Amino acid sequence: MTETTPSGDNTLLRETAAIREIGRLERFLGPENYRIMVGLLKTPASIIGFVLIGVFIIIALAAPVIAPPVTPNDPYKIPRDGFSSEPQPMGSPWTRKTPPVPFWYEPIMGTDQWVHILGTSQGQYDVFYGIIWGTRTAFRTGLIVTIATFLIGIIIGSVSAYYGGIVDNIIMRVVDIFLTLPFILAALILAAVLTPRIGKSLFPAIIALVTFGWMGYARIIRGDILSIKERDYIMAARVIGVKDSRILFRHIIPNAIFPTLVLASLAIGDVVLSFAALSFLGIGTEVGYADWGQVLSFARNWITSLNTYWYIVVWPGLTLVLYVMGFNLVGDALRDVLDPRMRGKS
Amino acid sequence: MSANNDVLLHVDNLVMHFPIYRGVFQRQVGAVHAVDGVSFDVKRGETLGLVGESGCGKSTTGRTILQLYKATAGKVLFDGADLMSLKREEMRWMRRQMQMIFQDPYASLNPRMTVADIVGEPLMVHNAATGKEIQERVAHLLELVNLSPSFAGRYPHEFSGGQRQRIGVARALALQPSFIVCDEPISALDVSIQAQVVNLLEELQEQFNLTYLFIAHDLSMVRHISKRVAVMYLGVIVELAERDELYSQPLHPYTQALLSAVPIPDPLADARRKRVILEGDVPSPVNPPSGCRFRTRCPIADKICAETRPEFRQLKPGHFVACHFAERFLQ
Repeated sequence: MTETTPSGDNTLLRETAAIREIGRLERFLGPENYRIMVGLLKTPASIIGFVLIGVFIIIALAAPVIAPPVTPNDPYKIPRDGFSSEPQPMGSPWTRKTPPVPFWYEPIMGTDQWVHILGTSQGQYDVFYGIIWGTRTAFRTGLIVTIATFLIGIIIGSVSAYYGGIVDNIIMRVVDIFLTLPFILAALILAAVLTPRIGKSLFPAIIALVTFGWMGYARIIRGDILSIKERDYIMAARVIGVKDSRILFRHIIPNAIFPTLVLASLAIGDVVLSFAALSFLGIGTEVGYADWGQVLSFARNWITSLNTYWYIVVWPGLTLVLYVMGFNLVGDALRDVLDPRMRGKS
Repeated sequence: MSANNDVLLHVDNLVMHFPIYRGVFQRQVGAVHAVDGVSFDVKRGETLGLVGESGCGKSTTGRTILQLYKATAGKVLFDGADLMSLKREEMRWMRRQMQMIFQDPYASLNPRMTVADIVGEPLMVHNAATGKEIQERVAHLLELVNLSPSFAGRYPHEFSGGQRQRIGVARALALQPSFIVCDEPISALDVSIQAQVVNLLEELQEQFNLTYLFIAHDLSMVRHISKRVAVMYLGVIVELAERDELYSQPLHPYTQALLSAVPIPDPLADARRKRVILEGDVPSPVNPPSGCRFRTRCPIADKICAETRPEFRQLKPGHFVACHFAERFLQ
């Protein structure tokens, strides 16, 4: 037992360390998170999801090029081509206030005649514009709602877990109460109440979705903090004499936040779906604002004759489906990767 | 300073009960009697071994001494200072003197911090060094535990168990403490690595005149490293003596049973010796037996054992035992 002097194995240590050489990303993320990343990038479903999300990001960024706005000051206003209620089919030409023709149009279509690529909806709103500029609305509302709910959830969950005891109990019961409310209905009512007070814009719906959307994050971060709090390295930090605030921000939260972060990044799809539902029901934005729910709602009166006017519901519907599917595919893959039984594979 | 300058740590009747809450109103319905009246001294520069089976309260004792739990009762004097009466900030300052090495080297290092951050954090939070000086001290500390300073930028998961445990040792040494609680520092390691770490601990003790409270359940390892050994059972110390004295003439039936369970690497000698096999399980610390804690499993238990708790008395110079019938084993 006394044969091995500790100084004797230095060379051995150097050698084994050389074998464990790893990349910068793995170092930064830590082994567990890195494994999740690699797992995600290797699953076909999640690759499709990432591609879909990527395409939508490109569409959102390139909106002014894909569909040049008629009124540059207010690009989110869907251009109208007249006021008649009957939808016009795909490919019908613009009759008045033709928007500027983008540079990519002529090489592809062989003409500089700007048409309603995806037709017009009730009230002659151009479906193509609604979808392209609606992508920006989707990301905007998705990001605002997700970031806001995430921050609120993190703060409430951290406070709850950190103080524990009676504070924790009260906060968690409040969370339970919020969770009993039917999400869409509660959001609908709150948005409807808010709209006359703060005016028609994206905000009533955003506020409503944030108000009823933070509980999941609060619960998850609380659970993770409670589990991290009991780890030996937290005790080690206390032995060293690290102050409580530093323990929370340097030791607990960096280790606890990843699952919540992942959940939040994938919730963008769901948020957009809820937002579209509110918008379809006429809550929130001004009529004619580029937003998928709004474009879909134009089709409401034509449901009985959709075999003629299918394009007014199929295109915006398909867009919404693909968008949500992109996030959900990544989410499903993530759930598989996070499944403990999958550990060690991939 | 305390009257006896030899004694670095004096633990007096330490009690640690963890309350159990039940029901909607979180009423206290009982308590886990993890540590139930433990007293001992640790002398400057010595290693006191603390042995006992899982769940007997050895780790809790170590942690309560370091004020990681708020003790239910008792006194801990460190270098004459009463730790329990210290204010938060004073205790934080006191922690420079007393450190801990953890059992599980995989759980005791923050996975999101580099080795340099982990080993340098004590220096940083106590303003013991700044900027470049921290880096130099970290490099020096890593060399001290036989790790290459070039590892400083790496994360814990890039290391093996033994290497991680040495990072933990380097962290404990950073503030140049005088006292270290080693909470089963080797039991999570491969046998081949255990010797390395123990030898390292011994070397460091010599070099820096460290005092250890060495918690373990491996009797032969404790025998190797300790000067004196305390045996714990269900929250109390049942026997405390100089190492050789304890191993050659155990006076408590529990110690005898433990020692007889240590394998001897000689089949003939092993066949000849008498094995004391304990019946049953360790009773629950929520509801410990009356009188002597060990009586439910003790081969020599009698009526008195259920009625009075045996005093922790000195039977021979430096040899303490808590048993009504310990005299029987005196030669």
